[in-house]
Amino acid sequence: MTYKMGEFDVIVVGGGHAGIEAALSAARLGCKTAMFTISLDQIANMPCNPSIGGTAKGHLVREIDALGGEMGKAADKCFIQSRMLNRGKGPAVHSLRVQADRVQYHNYMKNVCENQENLCIKQGEVSKLLTENGKVTGIVTSLGAEYSAKAVIIATGTYLKGKIHVGESSYESGPDSALPSIGLSQSLTENGVELRRFKTGTPCRVHKRSINFSVMERQDGDDNIIPFSFDTPVNDLHNKVSCYVSYTNSNTHEVILSNLDRSPLYAGRIEGVGPRYCPSIEDKVVRFSDKPRHQLFVEPMGLSTEEYYLQGMSSSLPEDVQLAFLRTINGLENVEIMRPAYAIEYDCCDPLQLMPTLEFKNISGLYGAGQFNGSSGYEEAAAQGLVAGINAALKIKGRDAVIFERSGSYIGTLIDDLVTKGCSDPYRMMTSRSEYRLILRQDNADQRLMPIGHEIGLVSDERIEKLNTKIKMIESEIKRVSRETIKPTFELNKMLEEKGTASLKTGCKIAELIRRPQLKYSDLMPYDINHSSLPDDVCEQVELQIKYKGYIEKQLVQIEQASKLERKILPQNTDYSKVHGLRLEAAEKLNKVQPASIGQAARISGVSPADVSMLIVWLKKETE
Amino acid sequence: MSTIAAISTPNAAGGIAVIRISGDNAIAVAKRIFIPFGEKCIDTMEGYTCAYGIAHSGGERIDDCILTVFRSPHSYTGEDIVEISCHGGLFVSKKILRAALKNGAVTAEPGEFTKRAYINGKIDLTQAEAVMDIIAAKSEVELKMAESLREGTVYKAAKKCSERILKLLSGLAAWTDYPDEDIPEVEPKALLAELSKIYNDLSALVSDYDRGRILREGVAAAIVGRPNVGKSTLFNCLSGCNRSIVTDIAGTTRDVVEESINLGDIKLRLSDTAGIRDTDDVIEGIGVEIAWKTVEAAELIIAVFDGSCPLKADDIELIKKIKNKKCIAVINKSDKDTAIEEQILKENFIHLVYISAIDNIGISELESAVKEVFEANPESISMTTAANERQRLCIEGALESVKEALDALKYGEMLDAVNVLLDEAEQKILELTGEKITDVVVDEVFSRFCVGK
Repeated sequence: MTYKMGEFDVIVVGGGHAGIEAALSAARLGCKTAMFTISLDQIANMPCNPSIGGTAKGHLVREIDALGGEMGKAADKCFIQSRMLNRGKGPAVHSLRVQADRVQYHNYMKNVCENQENLCIKQGEVSKLLTENGKVTGIVTSLGAEYSAKAVIIATGTYLKGKIHVGESSYESGPDSALPSIGLSQSLTENGVELRRFKTGTPCRVHKRSINFSVMERQDGDDNIIPFSFDTPVNDLHNKVSCYVSYTNSNTHEVILSNLDRSPLYAGRIEGVGPRYCPSIEDKVVRFSDKPRHQLFVEPMGLSTEEYYLQGMSSSLPEDVQLAFLRTINGLENVEIMRPAYAIEYDCCDPLQLMPTLEFKNISGLYGAGQFNGSSGYEEAAAQGLVAGINAALKIKGRDAVIFERSGSYIGTLIDDLVTKGCSDPYRMMTSRSEYRLILRQDNADQRLMPIGHEIGLVSDERIEKLNTKIKMIESEIKRVSRETIKPTFELNKMLEEKGTASLKTGCKIAELIRRPQLKYSDLMPYDINHSSLPDDVCEQVELQIKYKGYIEKQLVQIEQASKLERKILPQNTDYSKVHGLRLEAAEKLNKVQPASIGQAARISGVSPADVSMLIVWLKKETE
Repeated sequence: MSTIAAISTPNAAGGIAVIRISGDNAIAVAKRIFIPFGEKCIDTMEGYTCAYGIAHSGGERIDDCILTVFRSPHSYTGEDIVEISCHGGLFVSKKILRAALKNGAVTAEPGEFTKRAYINGKIDLTQAEAVMDIIAAKSEVELKMAESLREGTVYKAAKKCSERILKLLSGLAAWTDYPDEDIPEVEPKALLAELSKIYNDLSALVSDYDRGRILREGVAAAIVGRPNVGKSTLFNCLSGCNRSIVTDIAGTTRDVVEESINLGDIKLRLSDTAGIRDTDDVIEGIGVEIAWKTVEAAELIIAVFDGSCPLKADDIELIKKIKNKKCIAVINKSDKDTAIEEQILKENFIHLVYISAIDNIGISELESAVKEVFEANPESISMTTAANERQRLCIEGALESVKEALDALKYGEMLDAVNVLLDEAEQKILELTGEKITDVVVDEVFSRFCVGK
């Protein structure tokens, strides 16, 4: 028995990090939007580590911010410790990471959603997808409420047929003891969505009073805090907590190894594929048996709680074994577990079924985002949520879709990897996944993406004007230092020698000096008489653009070459086995992926340069 | 589109060879490798006109040549084309091709000239399928070539270098992507030391290529047959030196012995293989297995039979296996009485030659047979050359990138910049196998390092 309860343009299934960005962007683009969540108290929950950002993930957050998403702002509001990782390894790999207050983060995001015009938040389990002639028409909840919709975005995270394993026990559940989503899987399958089973895991939460911090290494935040959002003022940002580091030892490993038979994974009770990049502690001990110790981080869950998170100790061993191995660790001898570690299995889709807009190829109006697409991580989820929300709204408004390119963003790289290569285990973003690292830096996300966000309609005129002013300042300063000369003086040469670089005999362009690896732009200020005082972020850009000029130009050439192929658009629903001369393997792969362009086709493993040639000839013939 | 270059004449005997360069920069590339005699300037030459001059590589004279200019759109591909006609033979034409590739052109993919002709509307729509046939056929041949090259020493050495670069890259990636983990720091000094070694090995590889000592060019030809039919005798006779040990004991040759030889106008990469037979001897068994692999990769099979005795089960087995390859059946020991069933051989082989390897009799007949086989398919020879050139180009490209990375390290650049250059080096070697750098590095990180939350 169902009953009609309302009509929406966009319905988002899930209120996690993907769901929020999807719902907010669709609503902000003027679509009447509803976000369904199994529990309002789980909105923007962090069921795993209480942190936002990290290597490559920090890049994603900045890109989300530049496009008008919410994650960066929320993280700036709710962080309790902030660090810029990889300082000293080069600006391309600088990554921002913060510890966030889990409860405050939830409150902030819930409140932003509540106050968003065009957005309704609804508690309820979506159990059925409605379609007509291959087109989405709405959803039905487990209570029988029917809502119509022009687009539906699935962002179910680990809720979809979620099953938790702790040792020999297992039960159907979402994360953090939330209810799982039961009916939707079947409905999706009936609509032709191919589902698969992945698993992930999370470590214990333990009580602060049971930890002996005095024997652990302390890890503090940065003195000079840089926010995620390009809008957050840099002053008045403070660290409020410290994290701690400890290590496992041979006793820990012995406890784990002697109880492996009680692990659901090793006993074969888990069918889902786990992520390679975040193995459980038992995995680490077994696979890297030569390592005498493994590191763990002790991180606070927030300011209003005594719970601590033990990063590195994810496990699905029984609770008594968890307690036993934790108590072998320096500083955790008397540890008190509050929430045991668990593994969770869930349904997700094969992302090869998606277009780069994150819409399903076979079901018009159906989108996927986040863990449902086979990824992992809050930031990866938020990035996809934003892209799905944007494209669902653009389609409804009759506007052109936005496809983010690999050469323009980590977001584009993430989505392209998912929809072109698929994934055999939960996908995590890494800097090494991008071939354009020197261009896709976290410091220039605003220059790369804000104009796109503005065109979409998520970035205000005011923001874009601010950016344009910044760009003008950068350009004119680069011009100035490339033109003006610095004269050799006793003081200057003394400084140069101290920094380990050659002294000057004659005058030298300022830019030439900035380019020297041993020197910083700021080192030259005292000798650069005409320099005007510029904001820090402008100085940073001037310095980077000069220092990395040669490399940036190199990557720009590669991008230009690649983009020629990206512009050759392939028709959808093509039967590639009918394309004359393609090798069988290539045709099969192409049929599965249905690439959007020749460029995407060329990236599919198993498609050779000769196959690409063939496609170009065929495409030309088709379009004539 | 990029500017492409290739040797357009088959690798057979002939008075001249033609190197064709096509694309927007064809004229510019030509200018860098060709100096006309007299006052002529390539820039201002009109279409369908020629110039006589010197082709050179970095100022070093290669040959006196004729250069013909075709101006877009009045050319085969519709683009600017320059054709350089030089004296025949692979040596000179390859040098000119290399000079073009060094100066801005890239090697043409299979069927690419024709593909461009079609894309630029020079060939009719009805010919599109024909274009695809050409690409498919050529890529098929090239794929096979690439497979056979993969067995070669150059590839194996290059692969070793690529594994070492990959190790550096995954070390860098793990250290960068997991900054809080227990991962060894990447020391620029250690990086510099290892990279210098890789640089030396790669340059040795490139110069080996140039010296031709291990030049893998020519047709991959395998001498096969059951034990003691005289394979090694024939091999030694063709190569002109006693490379293979010849005895009366069956199973003497256990490894594959290789030699580059000229048989008339055709260059063969000749492999002598272990006698093929069922054997319980472990080492001989491995030899037989390698022999089958060599047969698999070879473009030409010289199957040797002992004419002085009837066919044996091993012979019949061999005939079955090589039936669909380019084959020449050689009936050895023509100095003795014939006892072999010639009829069976005639039914299975188009080319049949009688020789006496021990007395050097019948070699010129074998030479003509080889020529006959390849005159029907001159394509496959130039493909070998193309595959070879591409391989060399990849290695040379990697060498250049490693050099740049070394320079950057010495200059004190940040590791993220050095990393990009190393990526480039690795990607160039990976082109030999078609793997993608980002996938390979990520896989390596997960298999080598214990990382995670």
